[in-house]
Amino acid sequence: MSEKQIRVLVAKPGLDGHDRGAKVIARALRDAGMEVIYSGLRQTPEQIVAAAVQEDVDVVAMSLLSGAHNHLFPKVVKLLAEEGSEDVLVLGGGVIPDADIPYLKENGIAEVFTPGTPTGKVIEYIKNNVRQA
Amino acid sequence: MYDKEKLKEISLSKEEWEKGQVAKTLSRFKERKENFETTSGITVERLYTPLENQDTDYMKDLGMPGEYPYTRGVQPTMYRGRFWTMRQYAGFATAEDSNKRYRYLLDQGQTGLSVAFDLPTQIGYDSDAEIAQGEIGKVGVAIDTLQDMETLFNQIPLDKVSTSMTINAPASVLLAMYIAVAEKQGVTPDKLQGTIQNDILKEYAARGTYIYPPEPSMRLITNIFEFCSKNVPNWNTISISGYHIREAGSTAAQEVAFTLADGIAYVDAAIKAGLDVDGFAGRLSFFFNAHNDLLEEVAKFRVARRLWAKIMRERFGAKNPRSWMLRFHTQTGGSTLTAQQPENNIVRVAIQTLAAVLGGTQSLHTNSKDEALALPSEESVRIALRTQQIVAYESGVCDTIDPLAGSYYVESLTNEIEKKALEYIEKIDALGGAAKAIEQGYIQKEIADSSYAYQKEVEANERIVVGMNKFQVEEKPIEGLLRVDPSVGEAQVKKLKALKESRDNVAVKSKLSVLREAAKTDANLMPYILDAVRVYASEGEICDVMREIFGEYRPVEIL
Amino acid sequence: MELVQKALKGNRRAIARLISITENEEKEAVTALREMFPLTGKAHIVGITGPPGSGKSTMTDKLVKELRKRGKKVAILAVDPASPFSGGAILGDRVRMSDLNLDEGVYIRSLSTRGKLGGLSKATHYAVKILDACGFDYIFIETVGVGQSEVDIIKTADSILVVTVPGLGDDIQAIKAGILEIGDIFIVNKADRDGANRVVIELEMMLGLNAEKDEWDHPILMTVASENKGIIEVVESVIRHKEHLDKTGLLGKRRRERLETEVLELVVQNMARYVNEKFVKGGSFQEEIDKLVRKENDPYTLVQSILADTVK
Repeated sequence: MSEKQIRVLVAKPGLDGHDRGAKVIARALRDAGMEVIYSGLRQTPEQIVAAAVQEDVDVVAMSLLSGAHNHLFPKVVKLLAEEGSEDVLVLGGGVIPDADIPYLKENGIAEVFTPGTPTGKVIEYIKNNVRQA
Repeated sequence: MYDKEKLKEISLSKEEWEKGQVAKTLSRFKERKENFETTSGITVERLYTPLENQDTDYMKDLGMPGEYPYTRGVQPTMYRGRFWTMRQYAGFATAEDSNKRYRYLLDQGQTGLSVAFDLPTQIGYDSDAEIAQGEIGKVGVAIDTLQDMETLFNQIPLDKVSTSMTINAPASVLLAMYIAVAEKQGVTPDKLQGTIQNDILKEYAARGTYIYPPEPSMRLITNIFEFCSKNVPNWNTISISGYHIREAGSTAAQEVAFTLADGIAYVDAAIKAGLDVDGFAGRLSFFFNAHNDLLEEVAKFRVARRLWAKIMRERFGAKNPRSWMLRFHTQTGGSTLTAQQPENNIVRVAIQTLAAVLGGTQSLHTNSKDEALALPSEESVRIALRTQQIVAYESGVCDTIDPLAGSYYVESLTNEIEKKALEYIEKIDALGGAAKAIEQGYIQKEIADSSYAYQKEVEANERIVVGMNKFQVEEKPIEGLLRVDPSVGEAQVKKLKALKESRDNVAVKSKLSVLREAAKTDANLMPYILDAVRVYASEGEICDVMREIFGEYRPVEIL
Repeated sequence: MELVQKALKGNRRAIARLISITENEEKEAVTALREMFPLTGKAHIVGITGPPGSGKSTMTDKLVKELRKRGKKVAILAVDPASPFSGGAILGDRVRMSDLNLDEGVYIRSLSTRGKLGGLSKATHYAVKILDACGFDYIFIETVGVGQSEVDIIKTADSILVVTVPGLGDDIQAIKAGILEIGDIFIVNKADRDGANRVVIELEMMLGLNAEKDEWDHPILMTVASENKGIIEVVESVIRHKEHLDKTGLLGKRRRERLETEVLELVVQNMARYVNEKFVKGGSFQEEIDKLVRKENDPYTLVQSILADTVK
C-alpha cells in the first residue's frame, strides 16, 4: 500500500517574476517527501484554483513580492470555496508587511511566512495543519 | 612581477611560519572553521603573499586606468575627477507621485534619475487590463501613454538630467515615449542621456518580465541599437544585468559569467543583423549587484572589466577602445537585506557601497533599510543616499584609483573568479550561446542550485545572517511603511479611459496598423513605435500588436 | 457512490478526488472502479514520450489545442519521476500547459513515481480508467522515456508517440531502445534546427531494421511545436492510427491483452498483500521460519501450505 503523500501547489500569482523563494520552497517541500506541483509565473487566481482542483492538492502555497497580495490571495481562497475545496490549506509568503497579515488571515489565508522564515518552519506547519484524508 | 630569489625566500619563510608559529597556535586554538570559502565556493587561504600571484604580468593583467584591459578602471582619473552618479531607483503609484519623488531626490543632491515601472507597464499591459488589477503602481510607476510620461518628467529638463529606465520587453515603447516628451520640451534626441535596461535574456533566466519569444525580442533590441546609434547617440541602449541573476540566488562568479555570456549573445545578434561592432558596442552598459563579501565583490567587478575587454577585442575584433570598456551601474543587494532588525541593513548597504566604489562603479543605487518589508519611505531613501555621500566625501577611498590593487588576496581572488567565469562561458558557448542555454533551462538550474545551497547553509547555521539566524531579538511590527493606496489603480484606469476617448482614435488606429505591417517585415520598428506613441497609442495597445505578430514566450521550468 | 456520480457529470473536483483515492488505494477505491468499469473503453489513449528537452509538454499542449478545436474532450496525465531520496517530487509540466487550465474540456493531472515499484503504473492505469469513464475522448499520458516503469506505463497506450530533437548528442540513442520498438508515430521536434534531416534518416534506418509485423507505416513527422508547425499532421496521424487499430481489430486485441495483464497483476498483488497481512504481520510467520532454520521443515512445503490456505 502506498501511503498518502502531501500534495502542494506552489504558485506564483500575479505579474511578479521573483521566483527565487517559490523555487526554494518547492525544493524544500520535495526534500521533505511531498509532491510539489509548480505553477510557473503569472498565474491568475482562476488558473491557480483550476490547477489546485484538478491536482487535488492539500495545500496551495503562494509567493508574491509585488505588493498585490491583498488583492490576489483572498481571491484564491474565495474561488477554492466556490469549487467546494475549502479544506485546502492556503499559505502566503513573500514581502508582506506585518500590518497586512490580520487582513489576509481574516480572508482565509491560514498562515503568512515573511522573508527570513526557515523552510523547516513551513514544512512543520504544513505537516501539522494539512487536512486529514 | 617578482624576483625569483625573493620568491624563494618568501616561500621558505612561509613554510617555516606554518610549521612554527601557526602550528603552535593551532595546537592550542582551532580556527573558527575547517574550510574558509567565499560565496562562489573559492577556498580562502590563511594568508596571501606574492607566492599566489607570481604569474601576474602587471601590464598584461592590470595595466593603467583607462587603458586595456581596464582591470583598474575605465577612466584615467576615476573618482579624482568626479564621483560616480548617485542614482536612486524610484517610482511608485502615479506619474504625479513619482515626479514629486524625483524632484525631491534631485533637490537632495542626487545626480541622475532611475525610473521604476509597475509590473503591468513592464509586461506591456495597460492599467485597464484584467491581469493588471492589484498591481497598478505597486512596484513602480504606472505608465500607459505619453500623457503619463509627460507628467512623470514635468519640470525636469531632459537635456540636463540623465535618466535610467528599468524596462526590458517593452523598452522600445518607453524609450519612444521619452524621446516624444523631450520633443515637447524642445529637446532633440541627440541631447538625451540615459539608459534603458533592455536586457531580455536575464528576464527569461532570472527576473520574469518577458513578453515575446527570444527571436523577436532580440530583433527589437538590435532595432534599438541601430536606431540610437543614428539618432540618440548618447543613450546607453542596454544595461546587461547581473543584478537580477544574483538576486535570484547565483554566486558572484556566476553573476559575472552569465552576464557576460548574455552580453556576448547581444553582440552576436547585432553583428548578425548587420551592425558594425564599433558602431554600437560603446553604448553597451552593464549592471551588477554588490553583496557583503567585500573583497570578493571588488574582485568580481575587476574581473568583469578585464574579461569583457578581452572578449570585445579578441573575440569580436572591436577596434575602438570604447567598445572594450565595461561601464557599469551597481545596486546594493536587495536579497541581503533582512526583515529582522532592519536598521542593520544600513550597515550592510554601507559595506556594499564600499564594494561598488572600490570596484570602480560608474553609478550606484543604494537600497533603503526597509526594502525587505515594503517600498522605501522618504526618510530611509535619504539615509541610503547619505551612505553614498559619506563614502564619497568622508572615507578617503576615492582619492586614489583602484586602491585594493596589489593586495595579494584581491589579485588572487580576481584570478580565481576569472577562471570560474571562463569555465561557465565556455560551457554556455558549447550549448550554443546564452539564448540556447536559457532555452534548455541550464542557466536557470545553475542559479536555482546555488540559491537552494545557500538557503540550506543559512538554515544549518553554517552561514550567519546577523539578526536572522543569530543574535535575534523580539521585535515589534514596524510602523510607518509606505503603502500604495488601492485608489491609485482606479484613478489610473479612469485617466486612461478618459484619454482613450479624447485622443484622435483614427490616427491611433492607422499608426497601429502600420506598425503591425512593419512587424511582419524585417524593418526597424523604432520609427513606427515612435509614431504611435506620439498620437497617444497606449503601451498595451502597441505591445498587443507585436504580441499578435511575435507570439508570447513560454518559460522553461527546470527545478 | 456519490463521488462517482458527480465525476460522471463532469465535476472536476470529484474526478480529482477519485484519482487520489485510487492512487492512495483508499478503501473506496475498489467500489469506485467497479462502478466505473462498465463505462470505460471509449477513450483513445495516447502515450507521448521522449528525452528531457525534446519539447514533449509543448507538443502535448499544441496537440490538445488542436483536438479541442475539433470539439474533443482531452485529459492529460503528466508523469514525472520522484526524488529517489525523499520520495518527494516537483511536477513542473503544468507550466507549459497553463493556458489549458481554464478550458472546461481539458483536465490535467500530474503523477509522480512515489519511489515504489509498480506504484505509478497502477496509479496511472486507474487514472486512465476514471477519465475514460468520465467521457474524455482522448487521454494523453506524457512521460520522459527513461526507466522501465515508464516504458511499462507507455505500453498501455493505444497510440504511442515518440518525440525526439536534433542535437541531443547521440540522437537516437537518447531514446530508450524499448520505446523505439513500441512507437507508433515518430516526431522530430524543433525541426528548424540543424541536423533534423539526419535524425529522420537515422530513425528510418532503425525502424527499417525492426521489420514490419503489421501494416502500420510508422510515420516519421517533423514539427516545430513552439510555432505550431506540423501539429495538424501529428493529430491526423493519431486519428489514422486509431482507425487502423479499429479496422485491423488490433485495438480489441490489445485491450483484451491488457485486461489479462491487469487481472493477473491484481491477483498477484492481492495475494501478496493477503499473505503479508495474514502471515507476516499477524500470523505465525516467524515461528515457521524458525522451523526452517532448525531444518524441521523446508521452504517448499511451507509455501505450498501458505498458498493452500490463501486460496481456500
